[in-house]
Amino acid sequence: MSTLPLIAHRHLDAVMAWRGNAPVSVRQFLGEVEHVAGQLPPGRHVLNLCGDRYRFTVALAACIVSGRISLLPSTHTPEMVRQMQRIAPDAFCIVDQAAVDKDGGGVDLPTFRYPESIPPSAADPADVSNINCPEIDCEQVVAQVFTSGSTGVPLPHVKRWGSLVRSVRAEAERLGIGAEHAILGTVPPQHMYGLESTVLMPLQSGAALHAGHPFYPADICAALANLPRPRVLVTTPYHLRALLADQTTLPAVDQLLSATAPLSQDLANEAEARFGAPLHEIYGCTETGQLASRRTTAGPEWRTLPNVRLRRDGQTIWAEGGHIESPTGLTDVIELSGDGPVSTTFLLHGRHADLVNIAGKRTSLAYLNQQLNAIPGVQDGVFLLPREDSPDRIGRLTALVVAPGLSPAELTQALRERIDPVFLPRPLLFVDALPRNATGKLPSQITQDLLATPQPQASTRVPA
Amino acid sequence: MPEANLELQNEVARLIVSALNLDISPEEIQADAPLYGEGLGLDSIDILEVALVVSKHFGFQLRADNADNVSIFSSLASLTRHIAANRTK
Repeated sequence: MSTLPLIAHRHLDAVMAWRGNAPVSVRQFLGEVEHVAGQLPPGRHVLNLCGDRYRFTVALAACIVSGRISLLPSTHTPEMVRQMQRIAPDAFCIVDQAAVDKDGGGVDLPTFRYPESIPPSAADPADVSNINCPEIDCEQVVAQVFTSGSTGVPLPHVKRWGSLVRSVRAEAERLGIGAEHAILGTVPPQHMYGLESTVLMPLQSGAALHAGHPFYPADICAALANLPRPRVLVTTPYHLRALLADQTTLPAVDQLLSATAPLSQDLANEAEARFGAPLHEIYGCTETGQLASRRTTAGPEWRTLPNVRLRRDGQTIWAEGGHIESPTGLTDVIELSGDGPVSTTFLLHGRHADLVNIAGKRTSLAYLNQQLNAIPGVQDGVFLLPREDSPDRIGRLTALVVAPGLSPAELTQALRERIDPVFLPRPLLFVDALPRNATGKLPSQITQDLLATPQPQASTRVPA
Repeated sequence: MPEANLELQNEVARLIVSALNLDISPEEIQADAPLYGEGLGLDSIDILEVALVVSKHFGFQLRADNADNVSIFSSLASLTRHIAANRTK
């Protein structure tokens, strides 16, 4: 059995996290992991909702060392939580004070409350080199990430320890991140990008993670300024744009990382100039995890992470090698560099047509349409992508719906139960019928014409 | 509510509608209805947009750690009170 350690830090007094201005040592972390692992209820599947990134990391590690599987659905709406419970009837959730403060900590699952006080570790304080770090079986399934299946049922993608560790070590190697770095994220750890780049990469490169999840530009800058250098900001085009627009002075940063949506050259140039740091983008998909990176200001070409390569076979591009366990077909529109069938550099021309990505949250049109049409009173309905995709701005979805008995407010509330708020349509247009053709498809020109015609019942928001 | 605050409240409502391209008139935003979730239906992307406009327009930056973010955005009236107490222009 091959194993890899839970964390890569070399001694017990190394700093593995910053909570506010207070460092957290590896000794304290391992003690908390052991304590929390011993308190968890019997279920094997876990929805980790901790809002404090350090506590999220302890809870995740406690699940890993006790053989539990973390569930990562794309959203936490009541309908998605019900679907998780159908898939894993023993699932429970872990919440901390930060999660309770934010949204009542609430999903409808048995709940384990992260302990507010944990006794100090019993390890001998003088013996800092005897780290006794847990070794985890590379084959162990530590997470299941869910994508929106076209039938409305979320599809699980299994994440094994060995593959996850190799992928974040490759990421750290590419970015030059090591034990001296401190890493702040503006993205939640409950989705793949945040899990990989703000939790697992620090753990596996010996770096320190920041426990916060700052939201406002001023909070992000304050948290950055408090971290020792070299420091890394893990963010998205949407947060970057807000930071640059809102702040006149920015704290120095040593490395910027962006993902979830394409970044424009202009924004990348401004970010590099004003933060004084190189900006890298990460590209990946749920099936493979992270695959490639690029320094956006250096040009549009992506370079695969160490040992990963792409191979063309007919119309399909396969990713293989490195941390990818078995060759995996990619659904995005990719052009390999060079003439051969195998390459480590490529251009990304677009995401798979059905995929919807808004502010880092992903779903598919098929899933959204399925959820819309499952609402009692909806006779027909369809979601449409934003007409133009301007980089760095958030485009919203539109929906056309035939639901004569429902008010816009009733329909919006029913959708809110089922889909993430970022996908709620605006505008939501009520129509008498959808002009489906003989095969049941909607000709795109006709839907665009419907959108262009003012609808007497049109309504986006109805104040309560 | 004092008249000055009512005026400010109308101004804030206009700013929200224009910043977010909402399909309603500013008068339709009820002063005490939630801005988040049910009610007006804003999400965190919208809140960040509003925060940028507030900072530009009223000369102060919203912070999550000096006041409860959720309570500031609990209604148009509470956002208006927060702006009235913190504005520098």
